[in-house]
Order: sequence, then C-alpha cells, then structure tokens
Amino acid sequence: MDWKMPTLVGGVLTILAAATAAGQILKRQPDAGLNSAAVQTFNLRMRAWWLMCSLLAAAMLLGNTATVILFGLISFWALREFITLTPTRLGDHRALFWVFFAFTPAQFVMVGLQYYEVYSVLIPVYAFLFILARVAFSGDYKRFLERTAKIQAGLLICVYCLSHAPALMYLPAKRPDPGAGARLLFFFVLIVQLGDAMQYLAGKLFGRRVIAPTISPNKTWEGLLGGVGATTLLGTALYWATPFQVWQAAIMSLVITLMGFAGSITMSAIKRDRGVKDYGTLVEGHSGVLDRIDSICFAAPVCYHLSRLFLMS
Amino acid sequence: MPLSGSLVARRSPWQTWDWSLLASLERPGSMVTGTLLAAMARILSGASVRWIDCQPDTCQRVYFANHTSHLDMLVVWSALPLAIRALTRPVAAKDYWDKGRIRRYMATKIFDAMLIDRKDIKVHQSPVDVMLREIGNTKSLIVFPEGSRSTNGEIGEFKSGLYYLSKKRPDLELVPVHIDNMNRILPRGEFLPVPLLSCITFGPPMWLEPGEPKVSFLERARTAVTRLKDA
Repeated sequence: MDWKMPTLVGGVLTILAAATAAGQILKRQPDAGLNSAAVQTFNLRMRAWWLMCSLLAAAMLLGNTATVILFGLISFWALREFITLTPTRLGDHRALFWVFFAFTPAQFVMVGLQYYEVYSVLIPVYAFLFILARVAFSGDYKRFLERTAKIQAGLLICVYCLSHAPALMYLPAKRPDPGAGARLLFFFVLIVQLGDAMQYLAGKLFGRRVIAPTISPNKTWEGLLGGVGATTLLGTALYWATPFQVWQAAIMSLVITLMGFAGSITMSAIKRDRGVKDYGTLVEGHSGVLDRIDSICFAAPVCYHLSRLFLMS
Repeated sequence: MPLSGSLVARRSPWQTWDWSLLASLERPGSMVTGTLLAAMARILSGASVRWIDCQPDTCQRVYFANHTSHLDMLVVWSALPLAIRALTRPVAAKDYWDKGRIRRYMATKIFDAMLIDRKDIKVHQSPVDVMLREIGNTKSLIVFPEGSRSTNGEIGEFKSGLYYLSKKRPDLELVPVHIDNMNRILPRGEFLPVPLLSCITFGPPMWLEPGEPKVSFLERARTAVTRLKDA
C-alpha cells in the first residue's frame, strides 16, 4: 500500500476540518469585532473547497477515465458560464453548437486516449480556424473579429487550458511508481488553491499597494509576494509527494502560483468589462464554477509543459 | 379571493407540496415522463428559477411570459413545482405543436397543453372562451401574450387576450414571468440548442383594476414582465 497519497489527502482533510471549525466558531461570535461579510465569504469558500476536494477524491478513486470525465464536465460548465456572459449574435449560433458538442468532448476524449499530438493542436489550430469559417458562412460580418475572438478565447481558457490538468496524470506513466500520476494532479490542484489562500491571507495581513485598483482592490503586491513565497515553501516541503526533485518542486510551485494569480486577475478583468461580480448564474451574488477554477485554467498548461520537461529529460 | 391568495403564498415551497395531489393524478405514466423531461429541460437550459414577491401556489393563476424560443413553454412549465405543474396548462400554437408525432405527444400527453389555432380564430368560439371553459375552477394557465416569438430579444406589444381573460374572470391571479437568455439558447429559426444559462423570474401577482382601459392594462402587464429582468 502506497503511503504517500493517504498522507497527502489526510493532511488536506485535517487542514480543511480545522479551517471549517474556525469559520463556524467565528460565525457564532458576532461581537468579536470581525467583519461578518468576510467571515461569510470565508465559510462559503470553505464549502467550495470541500466540494472540490470530495469531487476530486471520488473521481481519482474511480480511476483516470473518471477524472478526465469530471474535468470535461467542469470545462463544459465553465464554457457555458463564459459564453453566457459574452454577447453573441444569431450568426454565431451554429459555430457555438459545434464548440459545445464537438470540440469540447473531443478534446477530453483525446486527453483520455493520450493522443498528445492531437489534443495539443485540436483547439488552437482546428477549432480556431473552424470558428472563423463557420461564423463567416453565416453571413453576419458585424464586429466579426471581435465576436470570433471572444468564442476562441472562451474555448481556449475553459477547455484547452483546463484539459491539461487531467493530462498531468498520464505524464509519469513510464515510471515504476503507479500512483505518481494521480498524486501529481492532486499536488497541482493543492498548490493552486494554497496559492489563492496564501495570497488572500498575506494581502489581508500586509496588503498596502494595490496592483490594479480598477480591476481588483483586494490584490496587492504584498499579498502576491507573501502568498507566492509561502506557497513555494509549502510546495517544496511537499516534494516527496511529487515525481520531482526538491529544486524542481520549488520551481514548479513558484510557477503554478504566479500563473494562478495571472488567471484570477485576468478573469476579473473580463468580469469588470461585462459589469458583473461573478460568473455563474445570471443572478447577482452567486459565484459560478469559472470563479473557482480561473487560476487552475491558467496554471494547468504551464504546469503540464514544465512537468513534461522535468520528467522526459 | 386575491387577498387569501397572497396570504397562502407566504408559505415556503415545500409546505405547499400537497401529497393528495399525487393520488388524484389522471395520467401517472406521462407524469414520470414529464418529470424526466422537466429535469432534462432544467439541465439543458441551465435555468435558475427566482420567485420575487411571489410564492408557488396552487390557487388559480395565469402565468404570462415573454416569448423568444420554442423552449419557453417547456422551461416555464418545468420551473414550477411538481404539484403546481400538474394543475397548470400551457397555451400553445397549434401550427407548431400539432406537427409531427413527438411534438403532438409532448403537447397533449405531457404538458396537457391547450392548442390554439392562430390562423383560424372563430368569433363564436374565441380562444379566451375555450381557455376559460377548459380550466374550470381548478387549473392555471401559461400564456405568451406577444402571440409569437420575438426575433431580437425585445418584448413586443401584448395581444388583447390577457385583458379579456381577466375581464371575464377577474379573480384569476396574473403572474408576470420573465424568461432571460432563452433567445440565445434556441433562437427563432434554429433547431439545435446551445447550452447557455438562462433565468426564469416569477414576479408579484397583478389584477385588472375595475374600469381600467385595455391599452393601459396591457402596457402595465408588459412593464411588469420587463421590470423583472433587472429585479
């Protein structure tokens, strides 16, 4: 029996349980001088993490195929949220149909079959060209480049980028250790989430200089540096769970956290432009799937290519 | 009558669930199909359902909604809780829903829809009279007062049916319903849906005021639907 995966999962569950308990205690003390909205946000975030953790654990127990399917469904839902908030015209309808029902499933089938040569170009080349041509066929040329670019961006971020996360599982396949693939994926998701949490924490404690006040007043240089530093240390300490050496795990954690930050600030910029606070339902105040996975989307392809470099050389 | 209606409406949705209704169902087979179809429609249309100053209730109502897509009838119907759905009959165009075996089966057996012939309206057998006769003293209606689907997502002028309906039965609660984004999921002229998210909003009930002129009533009803978009 492999001891690494249970240790990793057990550690995460312990931290989640402790944080959840803390959140519930804070909720029951309204006079402690704490910002009740912040406590509520914290508790909601904890619920999202429990959900994420249990879904991921269940899928991994069921095997690689189940995990690929889970990520496929998440991609589909995220793309749904993205396109819902993007103004499209009638002329885009049929292109969108193929984007949702042909390219998105095909991408994940190719990841599951490990056809790297196919899934690395399917969307950036073939879907890219298809969308342009299909919209042109519809005869509606108004704001043509703008409309097609929006669909392409949605497909690239929500489907292409995210599909590299389950692809991580197949990377260490040729090594003697059979559980290494699942652990690499778990490590990746954990570091992204830790990065988010640490940046939030460091921002609350030391945050002074806001990076882009027009996009997000909560993201500060102090939060970014503190969060990235802390997560890199934690990630390096977890090197035993990965197929990497110590220095590789350190670089990996650093890059993942930086990309995660880039993802969340980029998706915030898109939301600002559309005048909404959250993706998800059209109703204010409910955050969607895309709000939770924005940093994963950006970090996944970079983590994948770096792992490929480390493991194949 | 209206007053007691709004008092009952204060209960939460699960309290309005009446199990005795299940025993009184006329068509148990199509009920199962209907529940499955409703669940599918909810997933496909990604519909979030909101009740604003209004609660699900089994009292007699006329739900009137904006019309942008063939799926409208299905999603409004599926947004209602099961017990209410069993008591609610959509009003639909005969020229679309009577075409082909599947559509006819869905319209007559599952939705229990009232099919109205838009091309051949008889004076002595007006659609409003047919609707009122069919609902009796128990059932509710879903109507689309614009008469046909809008092409650009804007809400068009309301036809006068809603006015005559409430003039003849002033006790019926008129519930405005706003369907958001459905015109992008299945637009007019398309047959394959794109699975975006939509939102169904039920608003506060209204009634025809005594002596209210037709034009101003229809405009008031239209505003009641429009207002729900950003509510």
